[in-house]
Amino acid sequence: MKISLHVNSRPVEAEVEPRLLLVHFLRERLRLTGTHIGCDTSQCGACTVHLDGCAVKSCTLLAVQADGCEVITIEGLAPEGTLHPLQAAFQEHHALQCGFCTPGIVMVAHGLLGRDSAPGEAEIRAALEGNRCRCTGYQNIVDAIRCACERVREGT
Amino acid sequence: MSAGPPAAPVGARLPRLEDPRLVSGRGCFVDDLQLPGMLHLDILRSPHAHARIHAIDAAAARALPGVAAVYTGTGLAQFLRVLPSAGGMEGFNAPEHHALAIERVRFVGEGVAAVLATDRYVARDARELIRVSYEVLPAVADPEAALAPDAPLLHEALGTNRAFEMRIGSDVREALERAAHVVRGRFVNQRIVPNTMETRGAVAHFEPWDERLTVWLSTQAPHLMRREFARFLAFPEHRLRVIAPDVGGAFGAKNNPYAEELLAAALALKHRAPVKWIEERQEHMLVTSHARAQTVELHAGVREDGTLLALHYRLVADMGAYYHAITHIGPMMTAALMTGAYRIPYAATDIVSVFTNTTPTDPYRGFGRAEAAYFIERTMDLIARELGLDAVELRRRNLIRRDEFPFATPTGHVHESGDFQLCLERALERFDYEGARREQARLRATGRCIGIGLTTHAWRAGFPSVPGGKGYVISGWEKTSVSIDPGGTVRAVIGTSPHGQGIVTTTAQIVAGELRIAPRDVRIIHGDTDAVTQGNGTMGSRSLVVGGSATLLAARQLRDKAVRLAAHLLRVPAERVTLEAGVFSDCGDPARRVTLAAVAAHAFAGPQDLPEGLEPGLEATAFFEAPNFTSCFGTHACVVEVEPQTGEVRILRYVAVDDIGRAINPMIVEGQLHGGLAQGIGQALMEEASYDAAGQPLAASFLDYATPRATDLPRFEVELTETPSTVNPLGARGIGEAGTVAAPPAVVNAVLDALAPLGVRHLDMPLTPHKVWRAIREADA
Amino acid sequence: MIPAAFEYLRPRSLEEAVACLLQREPGTAAILAGGMSLIPAMKLRLARPATLVDIVRLRGLAGIVRSAEHLRIGALTTHAALGGAPELARYPVFAETAGVVADPQIRHRGTLGGSLAYAHPAADWPAVFLALQGEAQLFGPQGRRSVPAEDFFTGIFETTIGAGEILTEIRFPSVRERSGAAYSRMCLQASGMALVGVAAQIMLDAEGRIDHASIGVTGVNAVPFRARSLEMRLRGVLPAAAALRDLCATGIPEAEPLSDPHAAADYRLQMLRIHAERALGRAFERARAAVPGLGYSAPVTRDGEPVVRP
Repeated sequence: MKISLHVNSRPVEAEVEPRLLLVHFLRERLRLTGTHIGCDTSQCGACTVHLDGCAVKSCTLLAVQADGCEVITIEGLAPEGTLHPLQAAFQEHHALQCGFCTPGIVMVAHGLLGRDSAPGEAEIRAALEGNRCRCTGYQNIVDAIRCACERVREGT
Repeated sequence: MSAGPPAAPVGARLPRLEDPRLVSGRGCFVDDLQLPGMLHLDILRSPHAHARIHAIDAAAARALPGVAAVYTGTGLAQFLRVLPSAGGMEGFNAPEHHALAIERVRFVGEGVAAVLATDRYVARDARELIRVSYEVLPAVADPEAALAPDAPLLHEALGTNRAFEMRIGSDVREALERAAHVVRGRFVNQRIVPNTMETRGAVAHFEPWDERLTVWLSTQAPHLMRREFARFLAFPEHRLRVIAPDVGGAFGAKNNPYAEELLAAALALKHRAPVKWIEERQEHMLVTSHARAQTVELHAGVREDGTLLALHYRLVADMGAYYHAITHIGPMMTAALMTGAYRIPYAATDIVSVFTNTTPTDPYRGFGRAEAAYFIERTMDLIARELGLDAVELRRRNLIRRDEFPFATPTGHVHESGDFQLCLERALERFDYEGARREQARLRATGRCIGIGLTTHAWRAGFPSVPGGKGYVISGWEKTSVSIDPGGTVRAVIGTSPHGQGIVTTTAQIVAGELRIAPRDVRIIHGDTDAVTQGNGTMGSRSLVVGGSATLLAARQLRDKAVRLAAHLLRVPAERVTLEAGVFSDCGDPARRVTLAAVAAHAFAGPQDLPEGLEPGLEATAFFEAPNFTSCFGTHACVVEVEPQTGEVRILRYVAVDDIGRAINPMIVEGQLHGGLAQGIGQALMEEASYDAAGQPLAASFLDYATPRATDLPRFEVELTETPSTVNPLGARGIGEAGTVAAPPAVVNAVLDALAPLGVRHLDMPLTPHKVWRAIREADA
Repeated sequence: MIPAAFEYLRPRSLEEAVACLLQREPGTAAILAGGMSLIPAMKLRLARPATLVDIVRLRGLAGIVRSAEHLRIGALTTHAALGGAPELARYPVFAETAGVVADPQIRHRGTLGGSLAYAHPAADWPAVFLALQGEAQLFGPQGRRSVPAEDFFTGIFETTIGAGEILTEIRFPSVRERSGAAYSRMCLQASGMALVGVAAQIMLDAEGRIDHASIGVTGVNAVPFRARSLEMRLRGVLPAAAALRDLCATGIPEAEPLSDPHAAADYRLQMLRIHAERALGRAFERARAAVPGLGYSAPVTRDGEPVVRP
């Protein structure tokens, strides 16, 4: 089946088997390998991307379902060689260790940015309900997200 | 080079150099590799815990377009050896273990057939078309049951399910008889799954024109894998290249040469095509090493005043169906550290290691030591309760004092140095132990179920080599080469294989500290055995204490050589040369100076003008082997609340004070503690890989195996003390495993403290709501 | 984890979708909405439909409409939309439930209709569907029909949806005065699904007594159910905490709790009682809040704490 979509603001057209998972389409056809596969059962969130502005799990979507949509992956958050404020905050707060779950967590956190009020600790932890990290214990992730939200809100 | 270094790179909270790539999705993990003509390997696995394979019909699978080959165990045996594994020690029963099962399967998940196809979707389809006829055999999943005389035998050739038996320690009988009190107990340290976020995976590629086999592997020990792959494949080690690219967590579980990974390499050789295998999460749950799975029955002899006289364990260790790389070491390590941080004159463990129809066990963060800490710290609380003593007071009476080091235990371990009281007192102060007890009493009076638990744990890191080892050996040394290029850039080539520990950053900090440059100007090379010729890898909290020490020594040697060269160029004695910010100068006349870059250029370009006896080039290599393990210790204290109606447990506060010896980067140290605590709390409250009586696993995906989410964990209050170690030049102690060692007993002690007024005396991990609720109910009845 | 191959259809109308279903062998075609349950099942190859009929882009199947008599929710309305819809301000039970379904990413894709039609025994929405006395609107070869919540679930993963039929809308009676609803649950640690989930709706009379209660339970039996006996016994009760607790402790004979490694039957039963009490307590608070001036204080537990937990 033929699909056309925008990935990281670039138009993409492809012929795909209906059962091709979006995550495999992104990783293997488009070589956007920053989106990871961690669990297969929609629990870990390592595969999180944005589909029409919402964080979704790309291992639980078919590529054909993204036909006509706008997909943003971790590679699309900031121009190559630069860091998005969220990514910079992750480095600053030591919010990643092995880094495997990180792209998915950053994509989820991105949905918390730009709101009227900065999210509190409990709200951030709840927002991470769909993501698993085995290295950090989450505390530094929470701090990084809070810091990035505050910075974005203050426009610094 | 950058204009100037930070004031002191060592000890700075430097953001990690690893991060920009990883946070922007530009890391490279094994599954990210795509090679032209690559074949995908998929494994059909046994649905039975124990069965005889009568026939395998792969005709339909072979006929599927895109399928290159289907292999079975019998087919592979014609050209493959048995898997490398432990069992090389004298007196051990060592079963043969094959890449795919031959005739018989012994645990759910054991590989039965392998498919190679041009596409992973096709490989998965083909796997489903293979028909296996099994004769199901009686299975035994419980290690105690496996010891029964009429238990089903896993390995008939061995004639027993016992893997090995061993006694470690002193005679204890007399001391137990003399003791005023003998406290008895039984503690289970349950079987858990490491669950690295990146599952395992391999890409193997043979290049015939220079007879070179390259294996990209999600591993924590590329050199050990190179050695084991070379043995297994009978392939020359110097033509084998193992590359650990970015690795998404290992925690001890990526330390074993696994069947699928060896198979990928063997089939890449046979098919002359790149072969990729990527583990699914369900497979990870079934075939990647499980861990812990130890049970002790204990007798502790105690004097009236609470001082410990003797401790005896009967330890039953579940090996699983086969040995993995160092399965047998776990119970031996537990036994060696059974006395924890305490002065116990007589102690011994009788180990019984058992094969069961379950996934093989092997290291997981805290291997052997987490079990030891759990048993002794639970024992201390049990004693305190039976003698009516405060848990802290009992520990104070028994802790090894700071003037007693080095301290030899009756089980053969020597605590090289330490200050156990320091951590205890700091933790009590930070935690406000007295205040917490008062608050507990106040809240209890209002009907709330509050508990306080603590541990004064002592463990060990950075293992030394064991002489005379056979089979799968991990040596204790580590190697670093530091060099300066002719253009003045600095690189360090390290034998450890970091995958989240931040060793790239801390190594750069150490080198930068010696060469007085900025850490970001040091490039760290690791994980590729063609670039790093020798090493042992990252495990057992050794990367900094051993690897970092090798780095320090190599950097010092390099600096010494550079100083001699600089002195030569400045025409002054070496003693007068100082190095700051990448510039050597004459301390008598600071205007006379030469840059590190100029010295480097001269080392390569001016060999006709070198000081007497100095070789060209600017490179130094150091191997470092520690004379002993470092002693690691700390005190953790936590407050929990139990909701008695539902059995739910919430951690209200967690304070951890650990001694790091010397912190190269405190931010990274704290991160290591946080992560370990999360895993330790996961074991205490949520995680378990259990089996039913027929050997069917009850947790085979994240749908039924819980690892902590952000909402499950409290904020951690972490504090570090620095009491230098005596067994390495850095003075570092290792921190990677502190959290998994200390958190389980701290949390369980707290929950049992909370439940004490309700009459609950014992619980085994994980303390799930269901289990806690039932214990309360049964105590009430 | 890769689904078996299938045919993928994206009809442009409901009629076309029904035709797609009818043209295939019975039981071989499945409707694809958000796919949050179906796709994982297909990846595990527990489900292997030969045809997927993707209806997610069909117009008119998502959205919330309020009228005097009804609250109408399109089957394709996502959990996230239900969690933040201004139209549902007077129905806090929707945001409360939407907030605990799976996780934020899944809530962006998963739909109310998909959840009900999939009929997972531990899904959350069936409890609310039952307690609020919803009706499933089905469109099929024989046209439209309406099925009351209580007749909707017929077994584990089984509903009354017939061959060629599609769930298009869920309709609830409009909120009445002096009424309130709430959802309380305990989740399984690993999967996050409901070990026990109880939705309760209470309508009070002018004196503040329970005029009518309806209670939906999920996660306990193989099929979600209404706790009819408890509903009957609640009628006329002045809902103080002790009364609710006593009634919940003995009054749910419809419960035939599942027993599995996560929770034995007796534990499920006990959690059912506790969450029934909590759901009722919160529903009552909401009902009472809708009636200013009712002259008695909030219910409290034995320990002097409000039934309604912060």
